[in-house]
Amino acid sequence: MRNDEKPAIVVGAGPAGLCAAIELKKAGAPVVLMDENAKPGGQLFKQIHKFFGSQEHKAGIRGFDIGKELLAESLRLGIDVRLKTEVVGIELGLKVWAVEDRTKSYTLDAGKLILATGATENALSFPGWTLPGVMTAGCAQTLINVHRVLPGKRILMVGSGNVGVIVAYQLMQAGAQVAAVIEALPRLGGYGVHTAKVRRAGVPFYCSTTIIRAEGAESVERAVIASIDAKFQPIPGTEQILDVDTICLAVGLTPSIELSCLAECKQIYIPELGGNMPAHDEYMRSSNQSVYVVGDIAGVEEASTAMEEGRLAGIHAAWAMGYMDDQTMKIKTDETRGRLQALRQGIFGQKRFAAKERILAMRKDA
Amino acid sequence: MDEKKGPGDEKYICRCEEVTEAEIRDAIRAGARSVVEIKRWTRAGMGICQGRSCRRLVERILAEELKLKPEEIEISSFRQPVRPVSIKAMDE
Repeated sequence: MRNDEKPAIVVGAGPAGLCAAIELKKAGAPVVLMDENAKPGGQLFKQIHKFFGSQEHKAGIRGFDIGKELLAESLRLGIDVRLKTEVVGIELGLKVWAVEDRTKSYTLDAGKLILATGATENALSFPGWTLPGVMTAGCAQTLINVHRVLPGKRILMVGSGNVGVIVAYQLMQAGAQVAAVIEALPRLGGYGVHTAKVRRAGVPFYCSTTIIRAEGAESVERAVIASIDAKFQPIPGTEQILDVDTICLAVGLTPSIELSCLAECKQIYIPELGGNMPAHDEYMRSSNQSVYVVGDIAGVEEASTAMEEGRLAGIHAAWAMGYMDDQTMKIKTDETRGRLQALRQGIFGQKRFAAKERILAMRKDA
Repeated sequence: MDEKKGPGDEKYICRCEEVTEAEIRDAIRAGARSVVEIKRWTRAGMGICQGRSCRRLVERILAEELKLKPEEIEISSFRQPVRPVSIKAMDE
């Protein structure tokens, strides 16, 4: 590192941020990786299921093992990882405002900024949703897989997408009963292999169904569900009462765009990938040429794609900072894009691939 | 469906600032046209989580009331600090 040089700052040490920092450091570029949590890894350490994809995408490996590998690599490379550090502001000209341990506030100039801030789980409001016992599916997953605490004994899962069925299954593995999985759409949303495991265990799935209310004196004791019509309105007379103590919401994720808005990155709306998000080019660069966006903030996908997006940005940022020659950058980014494309296949992948292509096309028009 | 309105029927949208769906719909009917205007009117989204739980819910109510597509809803403005920071930390 040259003495007066501004480092690349990576915000978020999940799969995307870790991979970006690793690529930068491998190229010899100065890099600082910040994360609000006490431990890096993002959501990887709660993923106890095996990943899909091909060999080179770590298919068949469980999420937390991928997390351990990335951590070991970042330690080996000696990356400056700053934990319990929240990035609370960004000023143009690229100054990052960080707060360490909630007590120490400082700013740091960044040569390049890579935002890997992830996504936030969506809420669903219904009477009683503020009762203890209503939580997002990701919260339940953190409780069982990270803290080893069972949130309840009988669960209603709202949402049949991948998060819903994977967490439903893991809750059963942890010892809870799943009373039902409900889905507002007329068809199920998750991967067949995960859905089938839950169904085979005898859990009923109800499509075109929503939750009407949660009831209970001090915490959730019952959930009232009902069928809905094509306009998503409850059909009178179809109500069913489920005796549950926990209601998990798995109703999608929204990219955490706050910092990208402060960095004046142009936002676009892509419903398949979570709503509003910063637009990006084929190197994951936002409309602000010094700022890259990778992982769920750039469209909600999976850890495997997040890692490749992180690598793409890390490689390109290292090149832009003068730590990689043109040819190496081209070879490496082409390889990474090839792996990304391979990950975006199949019925679920194709939809995401098409959405990502739309993002790139929009950038060219802009 | 029988819609009895008791205290248990209250639908909270912003949990931090305890703003109900009825209050947000009233604000829109009185002229609020964006997430920011609803924020200033009702405080929804101005609490400790800074709208991370309720922003999408408010957007959906706005779209419903104004008969807009979700992409036509103006994105909320963000200001630093985007997370609560104690005055003591900033003092350093």
